[in-house]
Amino acid sequence: MKRFLAMVQNEVVKIIKKKRFYIVLLILAIMVPIFSYAQMRQSLERQESYGTDWRLEVQQAIIDNQNSLSSDRVPQEWKVYRQIYIQQMQYYLDNDVNPNEPGGVTFTREFIDNSAALFIPLMILTIASDLVSSERTGGTIKMLLARPVRRWKVLLSKLTALLMFVSLIVVSAYAVCYLISGVFFGYSGWSIPIFTGFVLNGSDVDLTYVQATPQWQYLLMQAGLVWFVGIVVALLAFMVSVLVRSTAASIVVMMAALISGSILTNMASAWSSAKYLFMVNLGLTEYLAGNPAPIDGMTLGFSLAVLAAWGAVSVFISFIVFTKRDVLT
Amino acid sequence: MKQPDDSFVLRVRDLNKKIGRKTIIHSISFDVREGEIFGFLGPNGAGKTTTIRMLVGLIKPTSGSVEICGFDVQKQPEEALKYVGSIVENPEMYPYLTGWENLMHFARMQDGIDEQRIREVTELVHLGGRIHEKVRTYSLGMRQRLGIAQALLARPKVLILDEPTNGLDPKGIKEMRAFIRELASAGLAVFVSSHLLSEIQLLCDRVAIIGGGRELAVGSVDELMGAGRGMVIWDVEPKAKALALLVQYKDIVIVDSVGAEALEDAAAALLNERSIVTETPEERVAEVIDVMVREGIAVRGVHRIAPTLERLFLQMTEGEGIE
Repeated sequence: MKRFLAMVQNEVVKIIKKKRFYIVLLILAIMVPIFSYAQMRQSLERQESYGTDWRLEVQQAIIDNQNSLSSDRVPQEWKVYRQIYIQQMQYYLDNDVNPNEPGGVTFTREFIDNSAALFIPLMILTIASDLVSSERTGGTIKMLLARPVRRWKVLLSKLTALLMFVSLIVVSAYAVCYLISGVFFGYSGWSIPIFTGFVLNGSDVDLTYVQATPQWQYLLMQAGLVWFVGIVVALLAFMVSVLVRSTAASIVVMMAALISGSILTNMASAWSSAKYLFMVNLGLTEYLAGNPAPIDGMTLGFSLAVLAAWGAVSVFISFIVFTKRDVLT
Repeated sequence: MKQPDDSFVLRVRDLNKKIGRKTIIHSISFDVREGEIFGFLGPNGAGKTTTIRMLVGLIKPTSGSVEICGFDVQKQPEEALKYVGSIVENPEMYPYLTGWENLMHFARMQDGIDEQRIREVTELVHLGGRIHEKVRTYSLGMRQRLGIAQALLARPKVLILDEPTNGLDPKGIKEMRAFIRELASAGLAVFVSSHLLSEIQLLCDRVAIIGGGRELAVGSVDELMGAGRGMVIWDVEPKAKALALLVQYKDIVIVDSVGAEALEDAAAALLNERSIVTETPEERVAEVIDVMVREGIAVRGVHRIAPTLERLFLQMTEGEGIE
């Protein structure tokens, strides 16, 4: 066990010395202020048109969406989405809660919601995609495997270090986001009530199970889901990194999969077996926010199960291939 | 040669490797003793590196076994690989870590290596001054030495070096040879692969010669190299007269220009338009010179050349050539 921990330490040292994690932090530190600034401009503009009363703004949003429902040019799927949106806004209005209350915490929640399916997975790829392939490209795999250590232990130490960094990336995303956006919007907003539990029945929203959750609690649930998505993406990238010799190829394969996921969620509602693909299931936080699923029949439980299955298969394949394969080059 | 003792630290039995349908290694067997420098000689592509990879468990043999200090590499890798240090092909270390961090990295993977030991091996390979610099900044010679430090970390009984002098300058090559001899005299078994016959002759006690994935011969270096007849380059005038004289000897073989192409570069540089290349037994040379002088042939130079690997191969495969 002591030996194993030392090997995990090795992997952590290598990830840090390769400066991959700094790149992740740097990207966050650049992106978050840009989005914060954009958000600030948006809320300033809103204030100009609606004054300080948020109710006017929400009412206007409801009216705009209702108008678009009668338009023939709007596709049917979008109409469903807008109907749901209208009902949710109405609920906020009825309960006298501002859904867009500006603040560092609200910004963080929205930023993570939007980055859970693509942005955070991309950052995880910077670490996961070359974990094994770089050892092969650099030839160091020969030194690593000609040791009196079983191969599965070598791979498990890498996997352990990877999962630690996935957790660290998720935590850092929240921390960087909150700290930087707080400069723009202030650091408050932990206890604002957020409504969750909207159950969708076609284009109707069932409000029976809706409850007000303080925003901090919402963030915790969200973080759990984002972490789960991150782990699954990491496991898949890890497998690709075992299978593919070149780090570049390894990153491209995973990026293609992730991006095809975000394209598919926008157009696959008619192709129902696409729901078994991992990439359309990455938007777990959408369920929490009460947004409609991209394909009929998808629920939070379903998506969790699909992702878990993909993750388990990847781990299985990674270990089989890594322990059996000849190191030829 | 057969000694039923356990001084053999590396035993290779009937090693075969098939990739797809193609057999690339055909039943290779040899033993390496404690304190011995064992050469593994063959041209590029003969299967040297593939065999070495099987020795350290990087490739699984299709059949046959590798035993290190009595432990089978496939069945008990955790025991067997404790006793081997190796450099397979180039000494590739992590360029973004310092030499010291690289050694720490490999030290953490096994028991019983403390910082004191890392300092020891660093001293041994004379890397003391630059051990805390990034490997990225090292020259090839320094990388080679760091590679050896890495291989020696766990106090192995067998050291496996794949073409250890490749890419080194003449001074570096000499140092490397002296270093390997020093290690062997301390009781370490050293397994050295090379495609240069001279390298093996200068360094090794015993040798296995392989070509086309097959073992052609195993034995002591003197024994095997003696088997290859040496070549003599005659620098004489007039050439025709000398040639007529030489063909009269039954045990002297005139080597044609194709055969002469197999000479190593240093020997090939001696050739000029007057040169005659022959295979001549050592004891004949003085006699032939004597006769030549009496016949009025001007002898400008006589060079004895050690047999080249290529000649040795031609003789071993009886002119069938190497695959």
